[in-house]
Amino acid sequence: MSVLAQQLLLGVLIGGLYGLAAAGLSLVFGVMRVLNVAHGELIMLGGYGAFWLAALMGVDPFASLALVIPGSLLLGAVLYWGLFGFVVRAHEEARVKNSLLIGFGLALALHALAVRLWTADERSIPTSYGGAVFTLGDLSIPLVRLATLALALLLIGALQLLLSRWRWGKAIRATAEDWQAALLTGIDIRRAYLLAFALGTALAGAAGTLVTVAYSVSPSIGLEWTLKALIVVVLAGLGSMLGTFVGGVVLGVAEAASAATFGGPYREIVGLVIFVVVLAVRPRGLFGR
Amino acid sequence: VTAAGHERHWALAILAALGLLALLPLARPREDTLNFVFLVLLAITLAESWNIVAGYAGQVNLGHAAFFGLGALVTRTLWIGGTPVLLAMTAGAATATVFALVIGVAAFRLRGAYFAIGTLALGEILRTTVGNVLPEISTLPAATIASYRLTQRYYLAIGLAAISVVAVAALASSRLGLGMRAIREDEEAAEASGVGALALKLTALALSTALAGLAGGLFAYYHISYYPAHPFGPHWTFDALLMTFIGGVGTLQGPVLGAVLYVVLKEYLALRWVDIHLLIFGALFVAIVLLLPGGLVQAAERARGMLGRARPAA
Repeated sequence: MSVLAQQLLLGVLIGGLYGLAAAGLSLVFGVMRVLNVAHGELIMLGGYGAFWLAALMGVDPFASLALVIPGSLLLGAVLYWGLFGFVVRAHEEARVKNSLLIGFGLALALHALAVRLWTADERSIPTSYGGAVFTLGDLSIPLVRLATLALALLLIGALQLLLSRWRWGKAIRATAEDWQAALLTGIDIRRAYLLAFALGTALAGAAGTLVTVAYSVSPSIGLEWTLKALIVVVLAGLGSMLGTFVGGVVLGVAEAASAATFGGPYREIVGLVIFVVVLAVRPRGLFGR
Repeated sequence: VTAAGHERHWALAILAALGLLALLPLARPREDTLNFVFLVLLAITLAESWNIVAGYAGQVNLGHAAFFGLGALVTRTLWIGGTPVLLAMTAGAATATVFALVIGVAAFRLRGAYFAIGTLALGEILRTTVGNVLPEISTLPAATIASYRLTQRYYLAIGLAAISVVAVAALASSRLGLGMRAIREDEEAAEASGVGALALKLTALALSTALAGLAGGLFAYYHISYYPAHPFGPHWTFDALLMTFIGGVGTLQGPVLGAVLYVVLKEYLALRWVDIHLLIFGALFVAIVLLLPGGLVQAAERARGMLGRARPAA
C-alpha cells in the first residue's frame, strides 16, 4: 500500500511539470491556432540552458530560471519572426497543418543540432541539496521535486494573473476567443500572437529547467515531452491555465497508477491511450462544437 | 503534355533506371555498393507509400512506422518459422493493411492536424507495446546466416520499388486518384460533388500501408539482427515525410528524387558527422514548407519556366 502511495506521490510531482510543459503549448495553440510540435525541443533547449549555466558558471539551477526565462522569451520572439509568423496568414485548417509541418522540421533540426553541440549523453545538474528527502509517515518526498511542483504552480499562477490583469494579457485572451472581433476592436493581433508565442516558449524554457533539475536532459527528450504536453492539452482543453496544471497532475497520477498495475514499461502507454480515446470522442478537435 | 501523360513519362524513366540497376550485380560490385543501392530502393518504396496518403489524399499520417513495423514483425516471425519469404511478406503486408483499415475508420474522423497527432500517438502505442513484449534482439538462425545472399534482397528491393512506382503512377492517372486529389483540395466540396471521402481515404490508406508492410517485410528479410521495436520507431515515418516533401509531395517523381538525395547525403555525411543530415534536412524541410510547398519538383518546373521565358521567340 505504501509503495503504491509513494508511486502516486511521485506521479503528482512529475505531473506538475507535465502541466507546466502543456501550458505553453496550450497558450500558443489556443491563441494562434498553431500546433508547435517542436515544443518538446524548446523544453530541451531550456534544460540545456540551465545545465550549462550550472556547469560553466556555477549558477544554481533554480536561480538560473531568472536567465532562462528571458532567454526563452527572446528565442520565442525570434522563432515567431523567422518561422511561425508566416503561418498565421493562412486560414485555420491550413494554419494548423503548416505549423505542424514547420514545428516538425524545427524539432528534427534542433534535435540534430543539440546532438552535434552537446552529444547524445544524458545530463543532470548535481546540487548540494539534490538528495534531500522530506519524510511524511511512510512517504519520502524528494525536496527538489517538491520544489519543482511548487514552482510550476507558481509560474502557472503568474501566467494566469498576467492573462487576466495585464492589458496585453487581455488582448491575448480576446484574440484567442475571436480574432476577427479582436481585430475590429482595434487590438493588434499580430502583437498578441508574438507575445503568446514568446510566453509559450518562455514556459517551455522554465519547464526544461525544472525537468533538468529534478530529472535529466538529453537531446532526445523532445518528442516525449511534446507528446506529454499534447496529451495534457487534449485532456484539459483550452482556456484555463489552472485546468492545464490539473490535467498535468492527472496524467502524472494515471501514469504512476498504470505503472504500478501493469509494470514500469507500460507507463508511457496510458497517456497515449487517453489521448486517442479523447480524440475519438471529439474528432473535430479542441475547437469542435 | 497532360498531367497523366507527365506521370507516365516519369514512370517509364524511373522503371528504366531500375532496370539498369538490376544489371548492377552482374558487374560484381563491392558489397557496400549493393547495400547502399538497397537502402536507396527501400527508401523509395517507403517514401512512395507515404506519398499516397499525404500527396494524393492529403492526410498527413505520422503513424506510418507502425505499418512498416507490423510488416517487419509478421514477415520475420513467419519466415524464421519456415514460411517462404514472399508468402511471409504478403502476410505481413496483409496484416498491416487490415490493421490500417480497422484504425482508419476511427482515425479518419479526425481532420487535418488531429489526424496527424492521432496517428503519431497510435504509432507510439504500438512501438512501446512491441518493445515491452519483445525486448530481446531478433537474430537469424546460424543456418540462415550461412546461406544469406545479398543479391536476393537486392532484386527484391528493385521489385518493390518498381511496384510502388507503378502503383502510384496508376493511381495518379485513375479516377480513384482524381477523387483523392479532390479530397486533398477541399474535402467538403468533394463530398458535395459526390466523392465518397471516407471510402477513398481508406483506399489510399490500404494501398499505402500494404506497400509499407511490404517494405517492412523486406527490412526483416534483409537484416541479420535488430530489435523488434526498431522498425516501429517514429524516425521511419519522419524519413518518409522528409523525402516526400523535399522531393515534391503529390507527384510521382518527387519522392524518388527525395529518397535518392536523402540517402546519398545521409550516407555521405555520416562518414564525417553522424546525424548531421537531420539538421540539414530539417532546415531544408522548413524552408520548403514555407517557400516552396511543391518541393524540388516545383523548383525544377519554375526554373524551366523561367528559362523558357528567357529564350527568344524563334
